[in-house]
Amino acid sequence: MGVEGETVSKLVPEFEKQNPGIKVKVLQIAWIAAHEKLITAFASETLPDVFQLGNTWVPEFQSLSAIEPLNPYIKKSSVVHESNYFPGIWETNVLDSTVYGIPWYVDTRVLFYRKDILEKVGYKNPPRTWAELYDVSKKIKQKLNRYSFFIPTNEWLPFILFGIQNGSDLLKDNNSYANFSGKEFSDAIKFLAKFYHEGLAPIDMQQVMNVYQAFGEGFFSLYITGPWNVTEFQKRLPADVQNEWMTAPLPSPNNDYPGYSLAGGSSLVLNNKSEHKAAAWKFIEFLSTAKTQLQFYKLVSSLPAVKEVWNDSAFVFNPYMKAFYEQLNKTKPTPKIPEWEQIVFSKVQQNFAEKIARTSEPIDNVLKQLDGDVNSVLEKRRWLLEHNRK
Amino acid sequence: MQTKTKFSALVLFLGPSLAVIFVFFFLPVIIAFMLSFTDFDIYSLGNYGYLRFVGFKNYSTLLSEPLFWTALKNTFYFVLVGGPLSVATSLGAAILLNSKFIKYKGIFRLVYFLPVVTTLVAVSIVWRYFYHPRFGLLNYILSLVGIGKIDWLGDPTFSMPAIILLAVWKNFGYNMIIFVAGLQNIPTELYEAASIEGASAWKQFVHITIPQLAPTTLFISLITMIGYFQLFAEPYVMTQGGPLNSTLSIVLYMYQEGFRWWNIGYSTAIAFMLFFIIMIGTIIQFKLQKEGED
Amino acid sequence: MKKVLVIFIATLIGVITFLPFLWMIAASFMPTGAANTYPPKLFPDKFDFSHYTTLFTRLNLTKYLLNSLIISLGVTLFSLLLNSMSGYAFAKFRFSRKKGLFKFLLSSLIIPAQVTMLPLFLILKNLGLINTYWAILIPGMASIFGIFLIRQYAFSIPDSLIEAAKMDGATEMQVYLRVILPLCKPILVTLGLFTFMGTWNDFLWPLIVMTDANMYTMPVALANLMSEHVQDTELMMAGSVITIIPVLVVFLALQKYYIKGIMMGSVKG
Repeated sequence: MGVEGETVSKLVPEFEKQNPGIKVKVLQIAWIAAHEKLITAFASETLPDVFQLGNTWVPEFQSLSAIEPLNPYIKKSSVVHESNYFPGIWETNVLDSTVYGIPWYVDTRVLFYRKDILEKVGYKNPPRTWAELYDVSKKIKQKLNRYSFFIPTNEWLPFILFGIQNGSDLLKDNNSYANFSGKEFSDAIKFLAKFYHEGLAPIDMQQVMNVYQAFGEGFFSLYITGPWNVTEFQKRLPADVQNEWMTAPLPSPNNDYPGYSLAGGSSLVLNNKSEHKAAAWKFIEFLSTAKTQLQFYKLVSSLPAVKEVWNDSAFVFNPYMKAFYEQLNKTKPTPKIPEWEQIVFSKVQQNFAEKIARTSEPIDNVLKQLDGDVNSVLEKRRWLLEHNRK
Repeated sequence: MQTKTKFSALVLFLGPSLAVIFVFFFLPVIIAFMLSFTDFDIYSLGNYGYLRFVGFKNYSTLLSEPLFWTALKNTFYFVLVGGPLSVATSLGAAILLNSKFIKYKGIFRLVYFLPVVTTLVAVSIVWRYFYHPRFGLLNYILSLVGIGKIDWLGDPTFSMPAIILLAVWKNFGYNMIIFVAGLQNIPTELYEAASIEGASAWKQFVHITIPQLAPTTLFISLITMIGYFQLFAEPYVMTQGGPLNSTLSIVLYMYQEGFRWWNIGYSTAIAFMLFFIIMIGTIIQFKLQKEGED
Repeated sequence: MKKVLVIFIATLIGVITFLPFLWMIAASFMPTGAANTYPPKLFPDKFDFSHYTTLFTRLNLTKYLLNSLIISLGVTLFSLLLNSMSGYAFAKFRFSRKKGLFKFLLSSLIIPAQVTMLPLFLILKNLGLINTYWAILIPGMASIFGIFLIRQYAFSIPDSLIEAAKMDGATEMQVYLRVILPLCKPILVTLGLFTFMGTWNDFLWPLIVMTDANMYTMPVALANLMSEHVQDTELMMAGSVITIIPVLVVFLALQKYYIKGIMMGSVKG
């Protein structure tokens, strides 16, 4: 998908050299429409032998019976072992103790912050708790009269992230009912909402605003985002702030630092209708060797899934990567059901996120509405659970 | 010579096109209608056994879904504000073009018409930057007349006006051409007679131009309305339906439900609601026209 | 006085209409970042062609251009053939229920295409045509509007010509090929132009049926590029310029046919 597609093409010749007789054809799709396109490809039976899935999509493709259980392959493999991977990430690929995907690269969110601005208000270190996060934001507002924490209202991520941090399971009863109005989630949202309502987080101008420019200007100084932005920040921030920013693991709601982050990333899966499963698995193994993983990182800077690679000098000497390594050891997956994508995008992101930021409606009411919406999405799931029990 | 054409010739000449139209247009319409009474979704895509007949449930869910009403409201906003604005602009441009003062009519016509033929996606992208709150040309022009910076696509109050502006710019040239033809069909004697009686230009416009153009205007309003109800690419490219769903149109909503979440049954119900609305709109327009004639 | 005012307003509208194009072209030649300045610039300080080279070398634009070209030309050719045959048949053939059938077709024009999209997708899927050129070519092969245009035009062909040809022993096919097609040339150009431009500019359908990025048409590729390069204004402008150039060229060359087509389409059917 996206750039990764281009890059895999560069790795293919090496694989073909090692495995004469296997030819690899790379198909590319764009990230933005990736989910639609993969389902379309499934529907039209044009899925390739091996493909990349966002690891939250694994349950969906499993429920479509589109992907092959991998346990037997792993058992015989000399390359792929569970212990090579970050546990939270590995877990996203496991459904009822069957493994369906092999982590290809990983992704988690950490805190990007402006050292200089935090120092100005007396913070030598990044905030380690929610209380500190709030406090530092307040101080930036008071002393410098600026926004501090950028929480995009056009993304589901911050809302789900803070809910998870606060121990919410998001759904309940075997993931068949929503639990957003539960205490853990609603406390987290109330905490986030304070940032909007007290002018600590910008509400407007997400749409076209250039985050790099804004972060460079100090329009905001705290931003939770992913590994791709390390390279982007290095490329796009003005020279005079290049030494003034850093990454840190996420603050925690209690004293258990760091707080949880999301177990993101992409997995490689095997099409179960493939006629070349053995060869396809070989390709997955090839992409999972430490050597290829390192090469891949150097080409696109997607974080390697294989832990061993993190000992390489490319990481040890990269100060921005330390936070990611620490954070990757503390991640939690989102609910592993096919409907999850739809829930976060069409319910949380489209219907709910901006409402929290903008309206004066009581948050509990908004969350109850959200529960109602999500429950109706889950209706089919409840029916199927019932149906399959019979 | 009133012999009927041979059947073999009919098959040969009409067969291919009617077959294509039947299989790829009418058949899908029928299937869509049936699907709209099922819960065909991503599970059913994998296993037809998971398909349920649900009667009118999709339609009733739709009617109780706030997002649908938002989409409906936005679409009506677009049609009822953008449509008349579009038609009025076309008429204005046509009258200018028809004026005896304008030389080089061809060039003006060409320039006015350029947006019509250009690719919507491409111009939407251009306009996205045009609307940029900080570097956009539009805000710069407005600042020259003392209007402060507007976050066109980021502010729910301005996002739909921004889309309407783009649509008017993109489409007015097409209807303008039809209006010009309509204007040229008005007998000049009518104006001459009015001038002799001393009627002002405005009076002439109201009493001659408008009534004479009525059939043309009806046609233009109709095609504009039908087209505008199908708003999709502009918000897809520029705003993805946001901010705060302020530019979510019915078709965009249908696309999301259908091709993003694969709630196919539900999505076809949305499509039929759209069809239904367009049909009612058409009937109303014809009724208004009839009343005007009586 | 009145004259000045009219000319002024007409020119003003012209400038406003043209402004986005002007800026698009100018920005496409600016070095990266130069278009994001305030106040905005309408002319590049110096010409930078790098965005165009990037598009063609790194971003595979040739492939998308080719896809668009193949699809648009293909649809145009097929639809000209099929529509002209049945448009002619509806105008000149004699068969029972002709009027009724045609009226039925015309009245179905009010059904929005979106209604058919999902089932059409499922049908094409069952035929194994998703992600092939055929997914766009086949449904585009015949259109009710096209049949209508040809029919209107074919009415003006005198029956005597057709009868004369038949007297000479011409079959229906020969009449169509030797008499009707040459006479219909202007309307064929018009319809071809409409079809070509419509297909080139279409967005929703190619977006749906093309799953592999290698199959994207220009507008889809452009929208896709946008999602990954939002920040690169100048690059996006260059992409937009390339997307609209082919339609503009075709339009400028055949303008009068296009205008004629609009008029014919607006005659009450």
